[in-house]
Amino acid sequence: MTALVIRGGYLIDAAAGVDGLRDVLLKDGRVAEIAAPGKLKLANGTEALDATGLTLAPGLIDMHVHLREPGQGYKETIASGTVAAAAGGFTSVAAMPNTTPVNDSPETTRWMLQPERGAAIRVFPIAAATRGSKGEAINDYAALKAAGAVAVSDDGRPILKDGVMRETLAAAARVGLSVIQHAEDTRMTQGGSMNAGLAAFKLGLRGMPAEAESSIVERDIRLVTELRDTRAHLHVAHISTAAALAAVRQARRSGLRVTCEVAPHHFLLTDEHVGLYDTNAKMCPPLRTAADRDAMIEGILDGVVDAIATDHAPHAIHEKEVEFENAPNGIIGLETALGLSLRWLHGEWKLPLGRVLSLLSAQPAALLGLKGRGTLAVGSFGDVVIFDPKAEWTYRAAESRSKSRNTPFDGWTMQGKIRWTISEGRIVYSA
Amino acid sequence: MNLTATPVRRLLKTPLAAPSPFPHHRGSLLSVEDLSLEDVSLILRRATALENEDPLVRTRILAKRRVALLFYESSTRTRTSFELAAKGLGADTALVSSLSSSIEKGESLKDTGLTLRALGAETIILRHNSSGAPWLLEDATRLPILNAGDGMHQHPTQALLDLRAMLNHLRPGVETVTAETLAGVTVSITGDILHSRVARSNLQLLPKLGARVVLCGPKELLPELAATAGPGVTVERNFEVALRQSQVVMMLRIQAERLAGMQLDLEEYKAGYQLTSKRLATHAPEALVLHPGPIIRGLELTAEVADGPQSLILEQVRHGVAIRMAVVERALTAAQQEGGRA
Repeated sequence: MTALVIRGGYLIDAAAGVDGLRDVLLKDGRVAEIAAPGKLKLANGTEALDATGLTLAPGLIDMHVHLREPGQGYKETIASGTVAAAAGGFTSVAAMPNTTPVNDSPETTRWMLQPERGAAIRVFPIAAATRGSKGEAINDYAALKAAGAVAVSDDGRPILKDGVMRETLAAAARVGLSVIQHAEDTRMTQGGSMNAGLAAFKLGLRGMPAEAESSIVERDIRLVTELRDTRAHLHVAHISTAAALAAVRQARRSGLRVTCEVAPHHFLLTDEHVGLYDTNAKMCPPLRTAADRDAMIEGILDGVVDAIATDHAPHAIHEKEVEFENAPNGIIGLETALGLSLRWLHGEWKLPLGRVLSLLSAQPAALLGLKGRGTLAVGSFGDVVIFDPKAEWTYRAAESRSKSRNTPFDGWTMQGKIRWTISEGRIVYSA
Repeated sequence: MNLTATPVRRLLKTPLAAPSPFPHHRGSLLSVEDLSLEDVSLILRRATALENEDPLVRTRILAKRRVALLFYESSTRTRTSFELAAKGLGADTALVSSLSSSIEKGESLKDTGLTLRALGAETIILRHNSSGAPWLLEDATRLPILNAGDGMHQHPTQALLDLRAMLNHLRPGVETVTAETLAGVTVSITGDILHSRVARSNLQLLPKLGARVVLCGPKELLPELAATAGPGVTVERNFEVALRQSQVVMMLRIQAERLAGMQLDLEEYKAGYQLTSKRLATHAPEALVLHPGPIIRGLELTAEVADGPQSLILEQVRHGVAIRMAVVERALTAAQQEGGRA
C-alpha cells in the first residue's frame, strides 16, 4: 500500500463542487480521503507534500497531442512527450493517430500502451477513423475501442467524403466513441501556408481561407443533424475561425452533440505573429485574424468552447529551419498551456480559475469518456496538479522536456508555477 | 453555459507581435519596407556617382571582395546586372544556381549559405522561389543579404531601378527624395498583382515618395484586399479608367509558373487588360510605359507598345546595373564600418 498526503493546499475541483482548503490522501493510485486541513487520520510515516499556499486540482488532460510514436522518434517519443506533459501539469494525454504507420489498428493502439514505451503519465490513443487515414474505408471501431482507443479521428487530414463521414459518425456512435474532425477542406487550402488575408498577401504567401474550416464544420453538423437519433458525437479539433465557432454555437442551441476545443495559440495569436516568416508560428489550422482570435476568447468565456487542447506537434529543429512554405505545420504546447491559460484567460480576461481548470481537465475527461479522471472525488484516480497560481515565470524553449523546440512562446511570461504533478498517486514531476 | 449571447468583446488586451529583429545586418537589402527616404536617396546618389565613375577607378572600390550569387530561379536581367555590377566594382563573383549545385542533392538553404560564407563570401545575392527565403538566409549566416527576388514577396532592387527610371523622366536631376518628390504622380500597375513581387515592392516604395499607386487587374489576379496593403494604394478593375489617371503605366507578366492550377481565360484577359497602341494613344498618350520583364509580346502588351516611344523597358534594364552597383557597395561597406562579422 502506497500512500501520499497533500496537506494545506487549496483544492479546486469543479466537477466535485469543491473550492476550499482541503487535505487529500492518495492511496494505491486513487483518492482515498478528502478532509478539512489537519483532519485526516494518517498512518505513521505516510509520505506528505506540504502544499501550503498552493492550489491543487485534478491533473490536466490534453485531448489533442502528437507523441510521434510509432515511427518519428526523432521528433518526440511517448516517453519524452509524456515527461513534457507532466512538467506542464498533465496527467493524461490523448495521442493522435498520424504516426508512421498510422494508428489504424488494435495492434498499434496496444503497442502504444505497452509499459516499454516508458510513458510518465497516462496515454489514451485516438485511433484513425479510416484505414491509413485516407478517408475511404472506415476501421473496426469496436476492436479499436477494446484495444484502448478513446475516440476516432483522421487528424491532420479531414474526412472529406460526405458518405464516409456519415458512416464514421454512425459507426462510432454505435460503439460509444466520439469522432474528432480536423476541419479543413484541403481542396481550398492547396499550397497555402498561412491564413488567407492581408498578412499573407503582404508576405507573398498563399492563403488558407477561413471557409476551408467553416464549410467542413457546417457539413459535419448537417450530417450530425441527419443522424440525430444515433447520438452521434462530433468534436471539432482545434477550431480557429469565428465562422466555424458560430456554426458550433448554433448546433448546440439545436441540442446536437457537437463540441469543440481551442488551442492556446488560437486564443492568443493572430496571423500578424507570423512576423517575417517565423516557422514557429506555422501550424494547421493557421493563426487567423484578430477577429477570429477574439471570437475564440469569446467562445471560451461564454462556454461554447468545451476544452483547451494544445495540438502539441513536435518537429525537429532542422525541419523548421527552412523556407516558410516548406516547413511542417505545428508547435509544441504541453509545457505552456496552463501558464498561458492562467496568465491570459484567468489573469487578463477574468475567467474564474475553476472554469480554466475545468477546460483543461474535467471537460476533456467527459468528452473522451475517461472515468475517474478530471475530478478528485473520493475513488477517482490520484491524478493531481499542484501549483502556485500567482507565481510568474518565463518559458525557455531551450529547457523544454520535449525533444523539440518549435514554439512561438519562447521567452513569454507565464502565470502559475507547477510544483508537483502526480499521476495515479506517483509524483511524476516536481520543481 | 450562455449560448444565446454572442457579443463581440472589444478592447481586449491581447499579446502583441514581437518587433522584427530584421535586418540583422545594415548592409542587407531584404525589403523596400526597411528603406528610409534617406537610404533611398543615398542609393540613388551612389548609383549615379558609380555610373559616372571611370571604369578603371571603379574596379578598385571593391577590389577582390567576394560576392556570391545564389539563384534558385532562372533569371536574365537581375542575375546579369548584379554580376556586372559586382564585377564593375572589382569584386570577385561566384554564381551558384540550384540546378548545378548540391541544392539538387537536398542541401538546405541554411547549409548552402553557411558553405558560401565559409568559402569567403562577404555578401550573398539571393533569388529564391519561396517568399521569405532571404530572411532565413540572413538569420542563418548574418551576412549582408541582397534580395534579388523572393517568391511572390519582394524585389527591392527592381523597385529602386523603376524609381530611378521614373525620376529620370518626371523629375530629372532629382536624387535626394522626400515624401513629396512624386506628389501628383499616379502609377498604375496592371496584371498579375497576386503573384508579383515587383508589384509588392513598388506599392510599398512609391507611396513613400508621395505617388499614388493604382492596382489594376481581374479579381483572380488582384484580390480586393490589396487596396488595404498600404497608404496611397487603390484598386481599379477597369484598365482604361486606370490608364486615364496614370503618368506611369507599369505592366506585369502573367506568371504562368505561379498560377498553381488557377484557370485564366487569356483571350478574355487580353480583351480587358492588354496594353495596345490604341489604348495607350486614347487613354494615356503621355504616360511612361514600364515593365520589369520578361515581357511576353502579344499578351500583356503588344510589340508596338514594347518597342514604341513611350516604352522605358530597356532603359529600366540599364538603370538596373547602376542601382545594383550601389546596393552591392552598400552591402560591403556597411560590413566594413561594423568591423566585419563572423
